[in-house]
Amino acid sequence: MTAVNGTNSVEVHGLTRAFGDKTVLDGLDITIREGEFVALLGQSGCGKSTLLRILAGLDGETEGEMAVPRRRSVAFQSPRLMPWLRVWHNVVLGLSGGDRALAERYLAEVGIEEYAGAWPRTLSGGQAQRVSLARALVHEPELLLLDEPFGALDALTRGKAQRLVADLWQRHGCSILLVTHDVEEALLLADRVLVMDDGRIAYEAEVGLRRPRDLGSPDFVALRGELLRRLGVDDASAPSHHREEVTA
Amino acid sequence: MPSPHSSVSGAAPPPSTSAPPRPGAAKDPTPPAKPAAARTSRPTATRTRPRPRLRVPRGVRRASGPVGLLLIWYLAAATGVLPETVLASPVDVVRRGADLIGTGELTEAIAASGRRAAIGFLIGAAVALTLSLTAGLFRLGEDVIDASMGMFRAIPWVGLIPLFIVWFGIDETPKIALVALGVTYPLYFNIYGGIRSADAQLIEAGRMVGLGRIGLIRYVILPSALPGALVGLRYALSTAWLALVFAEQVNADAGIGYLMSNAQQYFQTDVIVLCLAVYAVLGLLCDFAVRLLSRRLLDWRASFEGEGA
Repeated sequence: MTAVNGTNSVEVHGLTRAFGDKTVLDGLDITIREGEFVALLGQSGCGKSTLLRILAGLDGETEGEMAVPRRRSVAFQSPRLMPWLRVWHNVVLGLSGGDRALAERYLAEVGIEEYAGAWPRTLSGGQAQRVSLARALVHEPELLLLDEPFGALDALTRGKAQRLVADLWQRHGCSILLVTHDVEEALLLADRVLVMDDGRIAYEAEVGLRRPRDLGSPDFVALRGELLRRLGVDDASAPSHHREEVTA
Repeated sequence: MPSPHSSVSGAAPPPSTSAPPRPGAAKDPTPPAKPAAARTSRPTATRTRPRPRLRVPRGVRRASGPVGLLLIWYLAAATGVLPETVLASPVDVVRRGADLIGTGELTEAIAASGRRAAIGFLIGAAVALTLSLTAGLFRLGEDVIDASMGMFRAIPWVGLIPLFIVWFGIDETPKIALVALGVTYPLYFNIYGGIRSADAQLIEAGRMVGLGRIGLIRYVILPSALPGALVGLRYALSTAWLALVFAEQVNADAGIGYLMSNAQQYFQTDVIVLCLAVYAVLGLLCDFAVRLLSRRLLDWRASFEGEGA
């Protein structure tokens, strides 16, 4: 499913964003090919979410060049459903001509069509996150932005949600940028993993492993080790991520 | 006494508690489950038994206070400890109430007062709604309106009665104006606060799915202001009746307050108590109506009852 042709879905050059005198993004470059699944890793506070918000169009005070597709959707870290709207209405909110039948089709795709008439408050965290995914997909986005959507889920639910995202990606063929701090999640899902540090992409790795991926395979373990090292989890390599872009 | 009960209830709960003992009866799950469960669940049954919380129904317990007070009042009046010129007996109050309903005076008074309260409330609510929406949704509106509302709130509105009499005379207008004023503040501040407390994350999510300004107001901002608005409505309605009590002390020629001030001249304490009771009942009815409304409008919330007021 990796880039059939060479067209890019996202092209960003020299993106800079500062809050006051704190520069969060510092001349960042990023490209995402059409239909590519990219995971963005980085320690908390490194600017991953800021980048995602900028790509989503929620933050406009930036410098640099940016080309993104017109149809973009976001699934946030928390589901952010309107508690006063039924589940189905949440899914098609903001969509002209969206009705319950359409909502139910997308809810079925994420496996919870039976909750179409429920109030969001009655859903579990995993279910609410699925509704949030359905809401993102109903716009048939060319670029789907996922901001740590599984972070708050328990391990079992997270595993299911990850498999669901992999399926949805295969089916819809959209480009995905997944922001996460979970190295395994990134390696399970993505074509390419980026590591962000100091407001730039400090490291990137193509994940050439065949899907579905095996957490125990030697290649997987090796990649995971390398990424952890790049993230500074293994202290042996802390100052090594300076500027040079390594492609594995 | 508890033993026959515990054996009966010991047989009833097992369906829910039968899961743990089942491994013991692995060979044939269903038939032996019953005795096994009965045996193992007896301790749990006796553990829950010792605190029978419903020996006296809660409603009865709660009613015992007010009923007791009424009884004391009645006895004090009947034995002459409480002279009628101080406080009439509850029996007299009820009798007087029946009389006044018979002559049509009480219903007339309630209608007159209700009309004042309703008109005043509607005017106040319209003003509060306009101001709070303007201040809540527009930066300019906020700057102009909110500071002024904060300033005016510092003035005790009851203290405005003399000024209202100077401005509006002594007939209906100052009474309605006072009710409207009393209603405006709680509604304004609660709606404005509700609008301003709209969750920025939800607004962002709304923008992301393509809602425009109108859509955001309709689907995100106003719904999130609704719980606050309903709390404000409860306050506003109780304030409306309170304002009416004050306003009707001033030269009323009809209404509950008029009945009251007449009664005051003739030391008819039964009528005064009756009028107070009518005010109270009307206030309770309004409160009840808002609760019903809240239940309908806020059924998306797990428990709006915990809201308090």
